[in-house]
Amino acid sequence: MRTLNALIKRNTKLFFKDKGMFLTSLITPAILLVLYATFLGNVYRDSFLMNIPEGIKVSENIINGLVGGQLISSILAVSCVTVAFCSNFLMVQDKSNGTVRDLTMSPVKTYLLSISYYISSLISTLLICFVSAVVCLVYIAFVGWYMSAADVLLLMLDIFILVMFGTALSSIINFFLSTQGQISAVGTIISSGYGFVCGAYMPISQFSDALQKIISFLPGTYGTALVRNHSLRGVFSEMENQNIPSEIIESMKDAIDCNLYFFGNKVDVSAMYIVLCGTVALLVGIYVVMNLLKKKVK
Amino acid sequence: MKKIIEIKNLSKSFGDIKAVDELSFSVREGELFAFLGVNGAGKSTTINIMCGQLSKDSGKITINGSDLDKNIDSIKSELGVVFQNSVLDSALSVYDNLESRAALYGIFGSEFKERLSELAKLLEFENILKQSVGKLSGGQRRRIDIARSLLHKPKILILDEPTTGLDPQTRKLLWNVIYELRQKENMTVFLTTHYMEEASDADYVVILDGGKISDEGTPLELKNKYTRDYITLYSVTENEAKKLGVEYRSNRDSFLLTVENTAKATELIIKNPEIFKDYEITKGKMDDVFLAVTGKKLLGGDDK
Repeated sequence: MRTLNALIKRNTKLFFKDKGMFLTSLITPAILLVLYATFLGNVYRDSFLMNIPEGIKVSENIINGLVGGQLISSILAVSCVTVAFCSNFLMVQDKSNGTVRDLTMSPVKTYLLSISYYISSLISTLLICFVSAVVCLVYIAFVGWYMSAADVLLLMLDIFILVMFGTALSSIINFFLSTQGQISAVGTIISSGYGFVCGAYMPISQFSDALQKIISFLPGTYGTALVRNHSLRGVFSEMENQNIPSEIIESMKDAIDCNLYFFGNKVDVSAMYIVLCGTVALLVGIYVVMNLLKKKVK
Repeated sequence: MKKIIEIKNLSKSFGDIKAVDELSFSVREGELFAFLGVNGAGKSTTINIMCGQLSKDSGKITINGSDLDKNIDSIKSELGVVFQNSVLDSALSVYDNLESRAALYGIFGSEFKERLSELAKLLEFENILKQSVGKLSGGQRRRIDIARSLLHKPKILILDEPTTGLDPQTRKLLWNVIYELRQKENMTVFLTTHYMEEASDADYVVILDGGKISDEGTPLELKNKYTRDYITLYSVTENEAKKLGVEYRSNRDSFLLTVENTAKATELIIKNPEIFKDYEITKGKMDDVFLAVTGKKLLGGDDK
């Protein structure tokens, strides 16, 4: 156990001290911030306002809360996966620079090394994502706060499960990588691609039907929807209090992926949790089996 | 002396290439064993198999009485390895690096601090413990590599070209430390090097070529077998040197005579005492041995 702790400490320290790895992990959230600051925020604001029929008055604060909720949910949903990938690149880096030989030259079991990469990646990603969540909540407090304590707690739970998902997925993919070139390639694909796939850059509802169907098979999508739901539940609740018709609220929820549909059937929040938790369990199981089946030596 | 490493009929192929071919040799406890060969001769493959990093195709390896196939973990605890290139974490401090590596051998807390203090004193790195490894000079980093390999007090230290690219001062320090450890702890040193002057200090030498042993023996045996003796003769004229009737080469202030062996040299000196007033006899060098055995020149360190 003490050896495992020492390895986790080493991996975690290395991630935060390696400025390249640490800053790379923050690229996607930074891109999102820039996109929102430059035009996406206004696009969403206009889109919300267009959905509201004439004669119905919605306060500026609620609109700000909606746009803000959209922003923070996108940032958090993406960060949970991209940061996990970057922090987990340490296992590939150890292979590419030969450090893994130094580690496996000792009597330490290889499964212990694999567990240490998983746990340290989980810790690093959780630290970054929870700090990001706090910053995001402070931002929401300034632009329009409608969240309850339960929403905040559920948001933290969503982040935790999404980080588990991102770490498990990255562990499996990184397992097959061994060079710096592969790190760069996968890092670029994940950083740029995951934001689109999970609906962070653009709501899934705006994709074509065929693409929406494909994306509905990706478990990460449900993670994004969970974060969205808990970031925006308070805003929609306030809209209901202000007697805004439920059809309008539902259409807004559809538009920003709070409601997800699997072949036309609406997926409720509990089903989203089941899909995400089930996927995490499956991915962790696959990672364990991969390590058990791994040929010890060539 | 007990055989601490025994390798019998070891073979390993990568596709059609036979990296190691029916290799058999043994290393005695406490000795400095030199394993020589050009790049691609099979040295690293053999070391990687010994350390459990590569599987073998056939053969048997016994280290400190344990069969590699059955007790890999106990064997790993007996081995310390200094790789050709440093494999420590550049972003972490010397202390953090050594602490994390010590934990791999179950060394923690006060036990680690005690060992660290011993090694820091021995290898003179007490003042750089807080510096990150990436900012150290080549010599400093090498000292930390050696400290890492010695953390768990291994019985066998494998040095894979440990002094390549090092300054003479660090090289000297390194060899002094290794000498001290061999004296105090009877540590066996398994060395691969491209510096033949290091190999000539070994107790036993194995020369590998194309995955097979070309020859083996003590440096003296190999020198006697493959090289001739040289007499450097001072304060004589060329006519006097020529009169001796042996092959010679004229230098600025001396003549270098080549003789079959030391006995022949002695015979020559006894026969011509008036000429041999100021002279020195030297044996052939390990470079000559290596060249004679493999037909290849072993390029040292930076020449590679």
